[in-house]
Amino acid sequence: MRRISNSPISLAVTGLVAVLALSGCAGKKPLPNSAAELGLSGSAVPGTPQDFTVNVGDRIFFDTDSAALRADAQQTLARQAQWLAQYPSFTITIEGHADERGTREYNIALGARRAAAARDYLVSRGVNGGRLRTISYGKERPVATCDDISCWSQNRRAVTVLGGPGA
Amino acid sequence: MHTLTRRLIAFVTVALAALAIGGQPARALVEIDINKGNIEPLPVAITDFISSDGIGAQISGVIAADLKSSGLFAPIGKAAFIEKVSNPDVAPRFADWRVINAQALVIGRVVEEDGGRLRAEFRLWDTFAGEQMLGEQFFTNRENWRRVAHIIADTIYQRLTGEKGYFDTRVVFVSESGPRDARVKRLAIMDQDGANVRFLTRGDNIVLTPRFSPTRQEITYMDFAGGEPKVYLLQLETGQRELVGDFPGMTFSPRFSPDGQQVIMSLQQGGNANIYSMDLRTRRTTRLTNSNAIDTSPSFSPDGSRVVFESDRGGRQQLYVMNASGGEPQRISFGNGSYSTPVWSPRGDLIAFTKQSGGQFSIGVMRPDGSGERILTTGFHNEGPTWAPNGRVLMFFRQAAGSGGPQLYTIDLTGRNERLIKTPEFGSDPAWSPLLE
Repeated sequence: MRRISNSPISLAVTGLVAVLALSGCAGKKPLPNSAAELGLSGSAVPGTPQDFTVNVGDRIFFDTDSAALRADAQQTLARQAQWLAQYPSFTITIEGHADERGTREYNIALGARRAAAARDYLVSRGVNGGRLRTISYGKERPVATCDDISCWSQNRRAVTVLGGPGA
Repeated sequence: MHTLTRRLIAFVTVALAALAIGGQPARALVEIDINKGNIEPLPVAITDFISSDGIGAQISGVIAADLKSSGLFAPIGKAAFIEKVSNPDVAPRFADWRVINAQALVIGRVVEEDGGRLRAEFRLWDTFAGEQMLGEQFFTNRENWRRVAHIIADTIYQRLTGEKGYFDTRVVFVSESGPRDARVKRLAIMDQDGANVRFLTRGDNIVLTPRFSPTRQEITYMDFAGGEPKVYLLQLETGQRELVGDFPGMTFSPRFSPDGQQVIMSLQQGGNANIYSMDLRTRRTTRLTNSNAIDTSPSFSPDGSRVVFESDRGGRQQLYVMNASGGEPQRISFGNGSYSTPVWSPRGDLIAFTKQSGGQFSIGVMRPDGSGERILTTGFHNEGPTWAPNGRVLMFFRQAAGSGGPQLYTIDLTGRNERLIKTPEFGSDPAWSPLLE
């Protein structure tokens, strides 16, 4: 006969966390992508977040696995810096995002790197760093949800979100 | 005849005395060499355990499913059984089992004792040698019947393979619901076979990359609860959440050290991420990497002496190994593509990773010196391997193109035995527990 001496087993885990109340509340909605989505036609009241989104452009896009600011991104950020100088009451959060074609942890860092690149550019254009904070969402908040490059290219982005008084 | 010792703990294991079998010649007992490359699954017969209700058959069903899922065993369909076992304390008619090629036979009984406690007992027979290989009893509450089944399956697995099983384990993962652009993510925990799913967070915040403590009922994970995403600890028994450290920036990608006393993680600093460890008792933090790059996904070797991580310091994500105290890392991945999410096997012999190459995402393994790379599965998106505690099976998540969301899969080290682990919602970021104690 073979005696197997299993060690006694305690049930520490089965007393697990009482199941928390389940809520179905959805996450924060991303900002609209375009004037059309906002139902606007370029006639937003100057100095409003709508004005910023529609007439300045609240987001810049990146190449695959890159945080380098493309020429079009630099133009958008320059317009943002100008607008932010004109309306100094807004605080600013730059959200960095990655497409879904990367691994989760790297993409968290890549989103942060993109947000940092946008932040540094705005500061170089005179925006007070004290108004700026950054956050990375990695690949967790795509705006376009298909499985090809038409969506991935929209998701590799940094979005400048206005806050504070006036927002 | 049965009881040798009794311990008053939730589960008590007792060896059953071997049944006396007269006149059988001694033969080599059936066993599996798990290290052989191309293993034919061992045909085994797992009979419904005798019981006054359906519980015996349920336990047998879970044992059979566990053993089958390993890819090492092929449970024989019950329709083929010739002998109908009615008394597990009597030796079976071995010829009846040999003729259907059952190399091993599992029989058992489940009895509800006074007070509602279950007594589950089983015997494992070598049908060709005509010898009992195992005979044990377990006592437990009825609600734990699945655990009893997993423990019996682990016992059989260990007896027949010589290696520890992994069936009496749990998996913590991220359960995903809602639209893809506003996904609700909740931490969840389940048995390794997908049973008994429980949610640990409410879905108010994005939660990512949970990992089990090797020593406590605790996980570490990333939570967007505060203004800045950070690494937290979550006590599984109380639900208490605690921030890890006081870092000036986003922390992510946490993992415990093998002794459970440290959490190693990345700290974002501007455009770069570096790796830090924090001693959970002294709260002291140590910086381990210092580069103008993204250093992340650190994972300790099982002896705690080294750390594997990914870095894009050379341009693309590659795997590096350094001493647990820091110092100059050595790159170990040199194949065609980028490598990420390295995880050191609990056996120490392999590192599992995600590899991106040619627009595909693969799960693979290599030795800690970078040699012997093997890809186990490739497709549109496979990510985030985690090891079963015996180092023989990996779990990961897969999202097929156009599928809408990720699901959890296991694959063994041969790459041939791949299985979907069904979850109530989409599932990602699995992390396997140690063997339960």
